[in-house]
Amino acid sequence: MLLTLTSTAAHASDLGYLLHKHPDRVQRFDLSVGVAHVFYPEATDERCTVALLLEVDPIGLVRGRRFGGDAVSLAQYVNDRPYAASSMLSVALGRVFGSALKGRCDARPELAGVPLPLEVHVPALPSRGGADVVVDLFEPLGWTVDAVLRPLDPELPAWGDSRYADVTLRGTLPLDQALSHLYVLLPVLDGAKHYWVSSDEVDKLIRTGGSWLQAHPRRDAIVTRYLAHQRGFVTDALTRLAELDDDAPDELDETEEADPPAPVPLATLRRTAVVEQLRTAGAHRVVDLGCGEGALLRELLADSSFTEIVGADVAPRVLEKAADRLRLDRMGERQRDRITLLQSSVTYRDDRLAGFDAVVLMEVVEHVDPERLPDLERTVFGHARPGAVVVTTPNAEYNVLFPGMDEGALRHQDHRFEWTRAEFADWASRVAGAHGYTVAFAPVGELDPDAGPPTQLAVFTRTEAPA
Amino acid sequence: MSTSIAIPQLSLVALVGVSGSGKSTFAARHFGRFEVVSSDFCRGLVADDENDQTVSGDAFDVLYYIAGKRLAGGRLTVVDATNVQRDARRKIVDLAKAHDVLPVAIVLDVPESVCLERNRERPDRDFGPHVVRRQRDQLRRSLRGLAKEGFRQVHVLRSIDEIEAVTITRERLFNDRRDEHGPFDVIGDVHGCRAELEALLDRLGYALVRDDAGRAVDAVHPEGRRVVFLGDLVDRGPDSPGVLRLAMGMTAAGHALAVPGNHEHKLIRALDGRQVKVGHGLAETLAQLEAEPPDFTVTVREWCRDLVSHLVLDDGKLVVAHAGLKEAYHGRASGRVRSFALYGDTTGETDEFGLPVRYPWANEYRGRAMVLYGHTPTPEAEWVNNTMCLDTGCVFGGQLTALRYPEREVVQVPAERVWYEPVKPLVPAVAAPSRGGDELDLTDVLGKRVVETAHHGRVTVRAESAAGALEVMSRFALHPRWLPYLPPTMAPVATSPLPDVLEHPAEAFAAFAADGVEQVVCEEKHMGSRAVVLVCRDQAAATRRFGATLGETGAVYTRTGRSFFSSALTAELLDGVRAAVAAAGLWDELGTDWLLLDAELLPWSAKAESLLRGQYASVGAAARSALPVAVAELSAAAGRGLDVAALLDRTTARAANAAAFAAAYRRYVWPVDGLDGVQVAPFQLLASEGATWHDRPHLWHLGLADRLVAADPVLFRPTRRLEVSTSSAPSVAAGVEWWSALTDDGGEGMVVKPAANLVRGGKGLVQPGLKVRGREYLRLIYGPDYTLPANLDRLKDRGLGHKRSLALREYALGLESLERLARSGPPWRVHEPVFAVLALESEPVDPRL
Repeated sequence: MLLTLTSTAAHASDLGYLLHKHPDRVQRFDLSVGVAHVFYPEATDERCTVALLLEVDPIGLVRGRRFGGDAVSLAQYVNDRPYAASSMLSVALGRVFGSALKGRCDARPELAGVPLPLEVHVPALPSRGGADVVVDLFEPLGWTVDAVLRPLDPELPAWGDSRYADVTLRGTLPLDQALSHLYVLLPVLDGAKHYWVSSDEVDKLIRTGGSWLQAHPRRDAIVTRYLAHQRGFVTDALTRLAELDDDAPDELDETEEADPPAPVPLATLRRTAVVEQLRTAGAHRVVDLGCGEGALLRELLADSSFTEIVGADVAPRVLEKAADRLRLDRMGERQRDRITLLQSSVTYRDDRLAGFDAVVLMEVVEHVDPERLPDLERTVFGHARPGAVVVTTPNAEYNVLFPGMDEGALRHQDHRFEWTRAEFADWASRVAGAHGYTVAFAPVGELDPDAGPPTQLAVFTRTEAPA
Repeated sequence: MSTSIAIPQLSLVALVGVSGSGKSTFAARHFGRFEVVSSDFCRGLVADDENDQTVSGDAFDVLYYIAGKRLAGGRLTVVDATNVQRDARRKIVDLAKAHDVLPVAIVLDVPESVCLERNRERPDRDFGPHVVRRQRDQLRRSLRGLAKEGFRQVHVLRSIDEIEAVTITRERLFNDRRDEHGPFDVIGDVHGCRAELEALLDRLGYALVRDDAGRAVDAVHPEGRRVVFLGDLVDRGPDSPGVLRLAMGMTAAGHALAVPGNHEHKLIRALDGRQVKVGHGLAETLAQLEAEPPDFTVTVREWCRDLVSHLVLDDGKLVVAHAGLKEAYHGRASGRVRSFALYGDTTGETDEFGLPVRYPWANEYRGRAMVLYGHTPTPEAEWVNNTMCLDTGCVFGGQLTALRYPEREVVQVPAERVWYEPVKPLVPAVAAPSRGGDELDLTDVLGKRVVETAHHGRVTVRAESAAGALEVMSRFALHPRWLPYLPPTMAPVATSPLPDVLEHPAEAFAAFAADGVEQVVCEEKHMGSRAVVLVCRDQAAATRRFGATLGETGAVYTRTGRSFFSSALTAELLDGVRAAVAAAGLWDELGTDWLLLDAELLPWSAKAESLLRGQYASVGAAARSALPVAVAELSAAAGRGLDVAALLDRTTARAANAAAFAAAYRRYVWPVDGLDGVQVAPFQLLASEGATWHDRPHLWHLGLADRLVAADPVLFRPTRRLEVSTSSAPSVAAGVEWWSALTDDGGEGMVVKPAANLVRGGKGLVQPGLKVRGREYLRLIYGPDYTLPANLDRLKDRGLGHKRSLALREYALGLESLERLARSGPPWRVHEPVFAVLALESEPVDPRL
């Protein structure tokens, strides 16, 4: 992977002093991420270009455990790390040009901090979200950005563009600023960091981005993506950034709330509606089938009228997350006894789910292939046979009201279908009839006169004793 | 005086006697070391002291727990405790009942002086004489009521001499007929249909024996086969006495066995003069018996009374009971076992016709024993989890049905007429596969499991792997009914010592030669995706055999059980396959109406376009963007006289590698529109009705494939092949040459298989195939630059042991599922090894091997 930086200032080759790298030497640095080479393809008084070439060892990447990371692609020999400018290049930049990044120039202190006419060329910059994202990130910092996405495969033109942009940045900035922009924003654009995010990452971000990051219009997105979506660290970094500006941490929260009051998220409305239905049904022993990370379970736990709560999901790692989020290991015994998490599947009959007051299928049915729905019906209504079943699912008619959603698109990539109100009613009535239940419907979310509610809900009530 | 005590082989024996009466000595003399569970020992377990009376509660919890586990496993158990208190004995009786075994009491009634003397000799027993005295009082008061407490046998040994002299023998239970091996012809509910019974026996090959009056009194099979009557011989039909006469004659002559039905049960009660409701056709029987001489009725009563409610036959492989029997009750004896056998798993409710509602126990049956039963008239005899109901409503105008055991062949004769109007129309008693009886239970797959395979012993699946597989199976795979098989992984050839390649055919030939395999077949490795094709001859076959509910006629799926196509496209593809199979004449030739084919589906891009674009093409694009610029900058630096020669050379080579990489993946891409452009290359027939084909040589399989190609050369694609003799140098050289030509031309490589197909060597199964992948293709696996010497050297250091072991285990599991499928095993049995393959595939093995 390659990056070149050109100065066209008078005495352009002073760049060598600023970088602490002599223009007539070829230097090699063995780094954790690979071997970095620094050389000058051009070094005249009019124009001086330094190139940073990082040779990544793809086999070391896979075989060495140190890069076992957050992106699946890193675990493969076939990955773009040896070519694309990524967080690894950012690491190399930090190590090779560390003094310059800090704005130090021991040999010629007067050069430090002086704005220079600079040109940065990154021929393969991964940018999920297109070339515009590159512009959005660098332009506010004083760069003129020229970013063009490269084709995915020129021999297969139908495949369109790749996610790699050939990027040239031009601007007049002090060198340390320019380097710090690259240092922080390369990993942000890449999205897939090569190492685990740890708390020193927070320090590093503040150290290098502190001066300009606070004012950047995309600050939150940068922080979030830099820290690879690790929520705990994100709050920490935002708070500490606020402290850096001598803002009280809670003022930061206030600015967020000062935004136009967002409507209550649909997910919250849905949970409220489901809990309400469970209370109306007089349910005390409840199964949340497809509990995910346990958002509904948390609300059920908060209401002591739910005496036995079972969260079931087919994905073991999701259940682990739920256990984590609910802090099961730290829960008091009395509370802990009320809740059970277990792996289950609607493809298989599961006696552990039988005989409860209610089963909740909140945003679950649409994740089941239509051909497999009969299994779900049999498992839930035929075998588990609770007193009540609460089902929520998206209302497909409402999709037209979501901005930016294509016609016929689904709300989630794992959705196998989304029903209109009529389709949902057909299904629900047939299932109720077949299994000895009655069914009633309720809207969830803001009701549109034509499209109906964003989420539809059905409550099934058992009328016949189990067969 | 010598007493002999006979106790049931499976029973819970309570020794009763005061401290010092010699129970432990007695137990040690008459029972096995582990059969005896002593309260003193359990005290020691929980409190390090056999005499610590303060922990008795906990000690007995442990005792009951151990005894319960033993009884659940069908093992005789002896409780060595004083048991002089009624409460203690009640727990034992309850425990026996809970496990449906017979409780037996053996009382050691020893004079008090002896007990006191014995306790004095044991310094650890420091309790005073009043304890023994109190226990004796309790014992004396208990003695009379023991039988009433629920013990099926009470044996009281009243003196030291008697205790010394007694012998204990074990009797098998009445239902234990495991030594009867058949073959049998098991006949469902007859209900007085004598003519149909005679016709059925005739069809089964029995010769009827008639008395002077011309009445059938016996039937004899020339090959010594025997009949098993499943009960309900009487009521409703025209000639219950005639049926009884024949059945009684056959059992007396040793030509038949019988279990009672609920109708016999009721008949006995009626004959005994008990108050019974004379309905359900009993009136007819009683009227018919009126016409018989009184001694006939007496014989009938005795014969019916002596019938045992269920029988365990043929080493436990066959269980017969009128209304069926769940596994936990097999070979057990208790009131509820008997009532299950007679009446089924009733829920206590009645349906809208006033008939008892029965729980469909067979849907949940997971036992290995075949269970044959009647009781519930059903339109067709169908297998449900290795059970079959043989009551096909003869008396209601249906059929009289027999099942030949062990052949599993159904033999039927139609009713001559409707003899009795049914209260309600005949409906299936349990859900057959096509109606949901194939429902799988979570306990069939979850947790750590051990799957028995015929070819490779026991294969263990770890709980974590099963959990992962459950998610894949539930969220992405087809319904298990369409996945009777998942292909095993295949090991690569041993790493080549040649300098420039990672894999080379020479190692494959050498490996098979070392395993004693002389003939191998090299098969071209297609540049596609592994696909399993299940095709049924028609809709009816799909419904009958695989329980199709939505009009499916088969499936085309990936290694993890995902469908390749939408249901519409799948149907279209299957139409093509079906037509070719018909044109090739395979349906009739193989005597089947379904086929399971192992194949490759091309192009790879049909399944993997998003992977090709997102990963392979992306890497190519990144390389194409970065490397030429790097070469240019390095050239400029070189132009300035800087020493970058080595770096420039290396970077130039990498640019060439990246181009070769792109060329490699592009071969896997061709445009597909619907099914246009999609090709199937079958290479093995996995299974068809009643048969797996792993013992046929690979050339036989490829011959079948060639016939499909001939029938439809657009849809099917041939597999190029070469036979190699591993002991002949020229032949091996030709094999190497063949591979080189194939891969130089851009081919993926080849798979080398033992020509004979399944082969066992000295160390068990031989690898069913070894893949030898081409040098260019491996760029897609190990990255564009894997051929750089520094990289190749490191990649050659790879461990293959785990992969090979995994390949064999998955191969054995695959065969196991096929054999279970071909033998019409219950769905959960077929699913078990299939699920295990998926679980093993989630084990952490280098996916590049």
